[in-house]
Amino acid sequence: MSQKQEEESPVEETGKEKQDTQEKEGTLPERAEEAKLKARYPSLGQKLGGSDFLMKRLQKGQKYFDSGDYNMPKAKMKNKQLPSTGPDKNLVTGDHIPTPQDLPQRKSSLVTSKLASYPLIAVRPRPSPLPPVALAMPLKPSLPEPGSLHP
Amino acid sequence: MAGAGGGGCPSGGNDLQWCFSQVKGAVDEDVAEADVISTVEFSHSGDLLATGDKGGRVVIFQREQENKSRPHSRGEYNVYSTFQSHEPEFDYLKSLEIEEKINKIRWLPRQSAARFLLSTNDDLRINLWHLEITDRSFNIVDIKPANMEELTEVITAAEFHPHQCNVLVYSSSKGTIRLCDMRSSALCDRHSKLFEEPGDPSSRSFFSEIISSVSDVKFSHSGRYMMTRDYLSVKVWDLNMESRPVETHQVHEYLRSKLCSLYENDCIFDKFECCWNGSDSAIMTGSYNNFFRMFDRTTWRDVTLEASRENSKPRASLKPRRVCAGGKRKKDEVSVDSLDFSKKILHTAWHPAENIIAVAATNNLYIFQDKAN
Repeated sequence: MSQKQEEESPVEETGKEKQDTQEKEGTLPERAEEAKLKARYPSLGQKLGGSDFLMKRLQKGQKYFDSGDYNMPKAKMKNKQLPSTGPDKNLVTGDHIPTPQDLPQRKSSLVTSKLASYPLIAVRPRPSPLPPVALAMPLKPSLPEPGSLHP
Repeated sequence: MAGAGGGGCPSGGNDLQWCFSQVKGAVDEDVAEADVISTVEFSHSGDLLATGDKGGRVVIFQREQENKSRPHSRGEYNVYSTFQSHEPEFDYLKSLEIEEKINKIRWLPRQSAARFLLSTNDDLRINLWHLEITDRSFNIVDIKPANMEELTEVITAAEFHPHQCNVLVYSSSKGTIRLCDMRSSALCDRHSKLFEEPGDPSSRSFFSEIISSVSDVKFSHSGRYMMTRDYLSVKVWDLNMESRPVETHQVHEYLRSKLCSLYENDCIFDKFECCWNGSDSAIMTGSYNNFFRMFDRTTWRDVTLEASRENSKPRASLKPRRVCAGGKRKKDEVSVDSLDFSKKILHTAWHPAENIIAVAATNNLYIFQDKAN
């Protein structure tokens, strides 16, 4: 359902009224869900919607080196020694720089994307309007045509 | 949601019939992290379509010109180029890993008047890069507090205005959008405009702030409006009115009664994007179960479609999908409890001039076209 928020017109049930009703009905399931969550995690919500969930949000996914985080405090600190992550490994930004042991192992992925090779199609010459690729060396007649192996 | 009859799909007032055109990518039982598509973008003419993935690879597709020997190939997008844009790096000096995921691809205009780009990969800063200077950037927004305990808000998305190159917007995890003019101050911590819809304090819950977090912000092509995506809805804002959006479209309101589970499985933090069609008359965004939604701003109709291999016959029409929120499930409806939350459509793109759309479904790229195309 889409709603247009217009100026109030008292004559008929306007979009705004429909929206109000829907919002009130909508908050009941939201409150019920909140109660469910609090029942499962009683310690949650000491600070309602505050830094608890932001920390969870910032932690989501892998921790990565952030050049901004590294360089900004470095610019401030100059000659002082950079701190490494202390006991609190949950901080991913800030003056604490993650160290290699805090980061999960990554595998490199220097393989052609499957979007470029699937679905498998027969190799065919491409009717390309693009300019040809310049070659460094002149071709000898016995060599195959350039560009014939494009997927 | 009250379906307009006949499965007609909205755009610009005319009923469209969306049809399958192509799908790219392998059918993998277990999808490798590297193969997950992280961005999709048409070029300004629409002749090129670029994707980026978590493995740091870019694939560029080009639209085929008319070819008499292959009449059906006209309009197909086929691979033009692919390369490894970012490699996973291990910085030996600092002994740290650097991610290679492609977060966003932006095509530069041919006569490149815009020589700058914004980077907002982190949550707390926006940097401005000159295209020719790659070793340093200019920090224009920094909301990092001195003490991380005081952190209450992070930046979630940012974009330049399409016509006024000094204007940018950035959104926050609290659902606010700030518009900044770089001419008025070098450091844009103070905004020119603040867009925020007042919530109802009596209806606040633990989830209110989380679901109000803006995951994407996009200017309309006209530059008069912007659109924001939060967890459950898409809002259209008039840049001249900061107090509330001019339109709110519900994407999947039935998830409101599932917020507890969605918080536990982290889905509540999923970052959905949204996009405009070329004439700004329609908007599109993704959902779960490989569903995506389109809203026509002129006819006020909306439709839910699905990107699936089962519906991948050439030129097959897409049938509108419906989710049953509760009560008796009708035939052809999908119940909320049987939705697959691992099949999320986070990235979609709309051709700038035609009714052609690209939809990223995890590791596959679907291309759909209007039948009349």
